[in-house]
Amino acid sequence: MLTNPRILVIVPCFNEEAAIAGVVEEINRQRTQLPLDVLVVNDCSTDRSPDVIRRLNCLWLDLPVNLGIGGAMHAGYKYACRNGYDIAVQMDGDGQHPADELPRLLRPILDEKADVVIGSRFLAKGGFRSTWLRRTGIRYFRWLNRSLIGQLIHDSTSGFRAFNRRTIEIVSAYYPDEYPEPESIVQFGLHNLRMVEVPVQMRERQGGTSSITSLKAVYYMFKVTLATVFIYLRLRNQSHYGNAAC
Amino acid sequence: METLPVKIQIISVIGALGFLAMIARLIVRGKLREEYAIVWIICTAILTVFSIWRKGLEEISLLLGVFYPPSLIFLAAIFAIIVFLVHLSVVNSRMQSEIKVLTHEVAFLKQQLQKRAGETAVSSGDEPVSAAV
Repeated sequence: MLTNPRILVIVPCFNEEAAIAGVVEEINRQRTQLPLDVLVVNDCSTDRSPDVIRRLNCLWLDLPVNLGIGGAMHAGYKYACRNGYDIAVQMDGDGQHPADELPRLLRPILDEKADVVIGSRFLAKGGFRSTWLRRTGIRYFRWLNRSLIGQLIHDSTSGFRAFNRRTIEIVSAYYPDEYPEPESIVQFGLHNLRMVEVPVQMRERQGGTSSITSLKAVYYMFKVTLATVFIYLRLRNQSHYGNAAC
Repeated sequence: METLPVKIQIISVIGALGFLAMIARLIVRGKLREEYAIVWIICTAILTVFSIWRKGLEEISLLLGVFYPPSLIFLAAIFAIIVFLVHLSVVNSRMQSEIKVLTHEVAFLKQQLQKRAGETAVSSGDEPVSAAV
């Protein structure tokens, strides 16, 4: 059992002026029961998000160049690593991930039963489950991941995740920059991290638009497949690189 | 197959020298780094050699068993272009990852500055001022 853990909830934010305040307030309400800090990573938003974030009760990072979701999360993980946090949680800035699921997401890490916890839409009925086409894509990545690392992750594209210290150190050394979720699962598998999925309810986004439009879907499939196969080849013959510097 | 006519020979020598001058000018003005210029200087050198050595292309073609010498030019040129493009992609990828690292560091520094400005403002009871930074 982890005692007095320091928890950092990282919320990447790209043009989420409508939703970001609500998301941060919702997470802050969890502070009564969990010792957590909120870090919003503004990925060079072009709307009024930076002004909104500065008025909120949270930590923030302001990226001067747009790096995409992976680059923004990578900044957050480096921050968690350097500032000695024991647990890092990833939550989307558009309100898809309900903060009251946080205790459930953190449980396996607090009990030291997992290195990575993934909040999964598909383990329990109910909540928002995405469109048919998108679910087909998710099923494909599930198959791809399973063939590479031999572990079944039901919701490999879920961005609602919690990492322990060991995982934080690994992802602050390397984290995929574009469409990182399925690729990072292969990364975790090859580092022999214990991954646990917990059922969570997700909502439909509260504002903003998804980064994956129909036009980009084909590119997404292709790029993620390539990235997944290559990270597999890169890490396969490599024992994990110890405690990498943050 | 005839050897190159003298007129074309002169034109290609002038062209090659002109190209070399352009490369030199770009380097002098700091618009082109020497390491990338090397490729272009080598290309110009090859071009000049073949402009002067009129039977060169034919002889090399015969040696390699290529029956139509100009096709050897295309083969060699396209191959060189592809290699150089791959090289540029590698350079670009490296720059992208360096930019990512720099962006992260700048973001951390901005945050630290802001925090420090906040602390000085609290201790002195003033508004955060840029002088405190």
